[in-house]
Amino acid sequence: MLLLCLDTSAAASVAVVDTTPQAPRVLARWETADTRSHAEVLTPAVETTLNQAGIAAGELDGILVGTGPGPFTGLRAGLVTARTLGFVWDLELFGMCSLEAIAHDVASLPEPVRPSEFAVATDARRREVYWATYTVADGEDAGPRALASGSPRVGAASELPDVPVYGRGAGLYPELLAHPVLQAVPGAHDTAPPVEWQPHAASLGLAAAAALAADLELSDDTSPLYLRESDAKVPGPRKKATA
Amino acid sequence: MTVTSESVRDPLILGIETSCDETGVGIVRGRTLLANTVSSSMDQHVRFGGVIPEIASRAHLEAFVPTLQEALETAGVTLDDVDAIAVTAGPGLAGALMVGVSAAKALALSTGKPLYGINHLVAHVSVGLLHDGHGDVTRELVDDDGALVQGLGAVLVSGGHTEILRVRDLADDVELLGATIDDAAGEAYDKVARLLGLSYPGGPTIDRAAVDGDPKAFKFPRGLSNAKYMGSAENRGKRRYDFSFSGLKTAVARVVEAHEAEGLEVPVADIAASFQEAVVDVITRKAVLAATENGITTLLLGGGVAANSRLRDLLAERCADHGIRLVVPPLSLCTDNGAMVAALGSRLVSRGVAPTGLAFTADPGLPVTSVSVAEA
Ligand SMILES: [Zn+2]
Repeated sequence: MLLLCLDTSAAASVAVVDTTPQAPRVLARWETADTRSHAEVLTPAVETTLNQAGIAAGELDGILVGTGPGPFTGLRAGLVTARTLGFVWDLELFGMCSLEAIAHDVASLPEPVRPSEFAVATDARRREVYWATYTVADGEDAGPRALASGSPRVGAASELPDVPVYGRGAGLYPELLAHPVLQAVPGAHDTAPPVEWQPHAASLGLAAAAALAADLELSDDTSPLYLRESDAKVPGPRKKATA
Repeated sequence: MTVTSESVRDPLILGIETSCDETGVGIVRGRTLLANTVSSSMDQHVRFGGVIPEIASRAHLEAFVPTLQEALETAGVTLDDVDAIAVTAGPGLAGALMVGVSAAKALALSTGKPLYGINHLVAHVSVGLLHDGHGDVTRELVDDDGALVQGLGAVLVSGGHTEILRVRDLADDVELLGATIDDAAGEAYDKVARLLGLSYPGGPTIDRAAVDGDPKAFKFPRGLSNAKYMGSAENRGKRRYDFSFSGLKTAVARVVEAHEAEGLEVPVADIAASFQEAVVDVITRKAVLAATENGITTLLLGGGVAANSRLRDLLAERCADHGIRLVVPPLSLCTDNGAMVAALGSRLVSRGVAPTGLAFTADPGLPVTSVSVAEA
């Protein structure tokens, strides 16, 4: 399958990924480190990335979008873009938790440095992180794959279990974690220290490829994982100025 | 894509509006309205007594594609037929605008159509250009050659804004004569409705309660109306055409509290009528003053508060007294909608204005001098 992949849960990223089993390939990738200009840059980036991959919209088999969790405004930019492109190009739409992008990066580490259990954390602002825990499944021919061992959550970094933690959320609060993975990992495709990793659309596409190779179906649910209610408070009864 | 001369004269334009709590997609051909589909999240804001931006933004995301689909079906056109896309770039709620702008860009990229980021306030005026295509043209702002009437102005009153505009050219020459310096008029209605135990939105509930009330029962303040702010005809004050509604809200609160403190029943109908009279009096007085002093001979009323019966009546009366022609579009075109965005887009395309492209960002404070956002 040829997938256009988008993720705007943290930084914004775009990729074109061929999910062919045993030989998945990223044809082109784009990312910005800026976390506050998604609406501005995303659509031009889709155009650039498709051009770079040499792929016309008509050749795509579907669109995969990271459904968060992530700061709301940026997250929505990715979701509405994916849904609109899917509608116009008449493509299948797939949604995947954005934390799975980093989880796939971890599961793809060379065996000696690959944990069997781990957590992924990203920046949720307000001194909290979005996080989820994973185990690594050995998929034999299909290769190792990250398996979520719980639903994504939002909370203080101190609530995370005592496992190695990857992702930018770990880098923000290393003092609250038992095992933030602070040192760059030899053999990782991202050469930055794991506490700086952000979800990338390319990794999301590769996670989808790993799932397909394991004979799993991709979810067509693109509902945002907000995890937090809007801040709105229902006003209480007005205080009466009774004598 | 080659644009035929016919499509330039009567371009098919799709307009997208998400600046507040309505997800709107409108489609027009030239000046003919083909579809005006609106999905509102108003029901979700009722328990909060006002629009909650995050809730509105979440609703826009879910409503966008279904609203687009319905508008296309209603108009009986496909995206291939569309000549250009227009979207509200501002002013409005930042997170809400961002959904529409992102969607519009994706739509423009995937269809290959040019995209215009346009001004919401000027779009409110542009609905006056539309007709329903059945020869029933009653609200024309243009002459037979399509030229805009001379001396056009607008007063826009809604939950999000309160402005007086002078419009010399809808495509590129709009001037802000006056605006609220605090609450929008519709916002004042919502806050006072809450003080009086009436439900949200306050516009219709206060309008209803006021029917049985005495508008002279209480003398509520008309904001920015004394000489210090108004100045004189020769020496115009800085706030001559501006509005302020926060003091009015405080004055209503005092009256309510005074009644409660003395254990008296709050005279809801009288307060509603007196409050409404204060709002409507100051809006119509200043709008007519701005019109007569700035050569405005045709005044368009826009925004959701145009539904208010007292505002329409008093404005009609005062406009008639001063020889000003009043234009009030149908209510479905006064509240926020996509057709007004498409109407302005159509005007811009016909006038040969260059599209905005895909690299712009929404601007919650976009000034009316920016009718369309220039290409980045
Ligand atoms: Zn409006």
